[in-house]
Amino acid sequence: MKHHDAGLKIFSLGVIWLWLIVFALLPFCLVTLASFVSHDNAHLLMLPATLQNYLQLNNSIYVKIFKQSFYIAGMCTLICLLLGYPFAYAIARMKSRYKSLLILFIIIPFWTSSLIRTYSMITMLKPKGIISSILMWTGVISKPLPLLFTDTAVMIGLVYNLLPFMILPLLTNIERLDNRLIDAARDLGANRLTTFRKIILPLTMPGIMSGSILVFLPAMTIFYIPDLLGGSKSILLGNLIQNQFLIAQNWPLGSAISVVFTLLLGILLLIYWRSSRKDTQDLL
Amino acid sequence: MKNWPMKSYLTGIYLFFYIPILVLIIYSFNNAQYSLVWHGFSFRWYQELFSDNDLWISVMHSLVLGVSAATIAMCIGGLTAISLFRYQFFGRQLLQGLIFILILSPDIVMGIALLILFSMIQLQLGFWSLLLAHITFCIPFVVVTVSSRIVSFDEYIFEAAKDLGAKDMIIMTRIILPLLWPALFAGWLMSFTLSIDDVIISYFVAGPDFEILPLKIYSMVRLGVKPEINALCTVTFGLTLLLIILSQLVLRKKP
Repeated sequence: MKHHDAGLKIFSLGVIWLWLIVFALLPFCLVTLASFVSHDNAHLLMLPATLQNYLQLNNSIYVKIFKQSFYIAGMCTLICLLLGYPFAYAIARMKSRYKSLLILFIIIPFWTSSLIRTYSMITMLKPKGIISSILMWTGVISKPLPLLFTDTAVMIGLVYNLLPFMILPLLTNIERLDNRLIDAARDLGANRLTTFRKIILPLTMPGIMSGSILVFLPAMTIFYIPDLLGGSKSILLGNLIQNQFLIAQNWPLGSAISVVFTLLLGILLLIYWRSSRKDTQDLL
Repeated sequence: MKNWPMKSYLTGIYLFFYIPILVLIIYSFNNAQYSLVWHGFSFRWYQELFSDNDLWISVMHSLVLGVSAATIAMCIGGLTAISLFRYQFFGRQLLQGLIFILILSPDIVMGIALLILFSMIQLQLGFWSLLLAHITFCIPFVVVTVSSRIVSFDEYIFEAAKDLGAKDMIIMTRIILPLLWPALFAGWLMSFTLSIDDVIISYFVAGPDFEILPLKIYSMVRLGVKPEINALCTVTFGLTLLLIILSQLVLRKKP
């Protein structure tokens, strides 16, 4: 490099580093610090430093909410995968001229406000809503079904909102699948199940992984879905953190919950990442 | 018709996606406050919607916020992606890792983290706190979008430009930007939609003086008694549909 003018480089790197340090690293450090201090009515955060916030978490209510959140998010991911995989597979392997239109119709809900889609679910699920009315009209049930404000409603709402996040990565992944590998497996005498298990599934693992992450992470924290569909009984982690910060005004406890939550997620992602990498290595 | 189980399965999923939205649209024209029964066609809720001043103020706020956040995030994110591609520097991997973590980090944690920061530096919650927060969560998405395009660049172009005596600034304005603008625009659009749609982070860093549309919708939905919301949902859904159709037309024209 003869004349390397570093002005642009220094400017670009300076801006991004400054931004990330001030608005990403520093805030996350502040959360960690806040989780080790106390609070009172006049101060949101104050000294002395304490471990009390973490010790407080070792309480059956909080443990239950943690477990419940991971369980619901996990179930939601599983349902999305089971619903989304065959769907994405069918669309991706389709040779119809309507294919791009069909894909567009999955992207449209993806671009629509998630709050609005949650609200539309309320109309469907409420006691005198569509589902209940249809079931009563057909005589399946005799009185309105109490669907809204239950865990089932939260689950339906989550799946409804997050399913496109599962389908889209799977779709791109399956579209790139090499047909010759499947043909080869079939020629060599593998039946449909074996072909799926040994060829298709491992090759679409990256899509399954990114889809699952895209569903699992938001499922834990979209506090407005349990808030709108689940009523007072369904409190998930997102609602708990939101409560501590904006209603109970206990920032240290809210911070401690967030730190534990982030650590658990980090560990989970790490395990997931490691195991999936091993899978692909075994394949090679 | 062959393969009918698959076809009915696909239809089922599409119905799952669209029936709730269709129901919402139909009821936005229903001339009744609570009832599910059809009371005749009416534009009543649309009239109420369009005369709701608070709502239009929040729409304006959201648009201003979305455009500013997307534009600034596009600039910073674009420069970052270009730097990551062109330069070797200390902490390059760290920067990439940080951006990756920022995408994965849960919205709610980012929301409270920024809330703590803003309260520490005593920044009043309102437009500026929202803008800073929105730029922060948009930047990583711009970096990823632009980076995915930039790796397909032919590096010899830069070599040739350098050999011919072009300086960094010239390479940037004459080569990189013209080649990169579709990716930059895609990043801008993504940031804009993220900003317009964000509830979780905004919920923590918004103040009472600057109400934005998603939070306004949230409070309306929570109270949830007026069919005005149905009309609002129909309008936003219609606009989204229109934008998607337009963008498809624009994209399809190009070879």
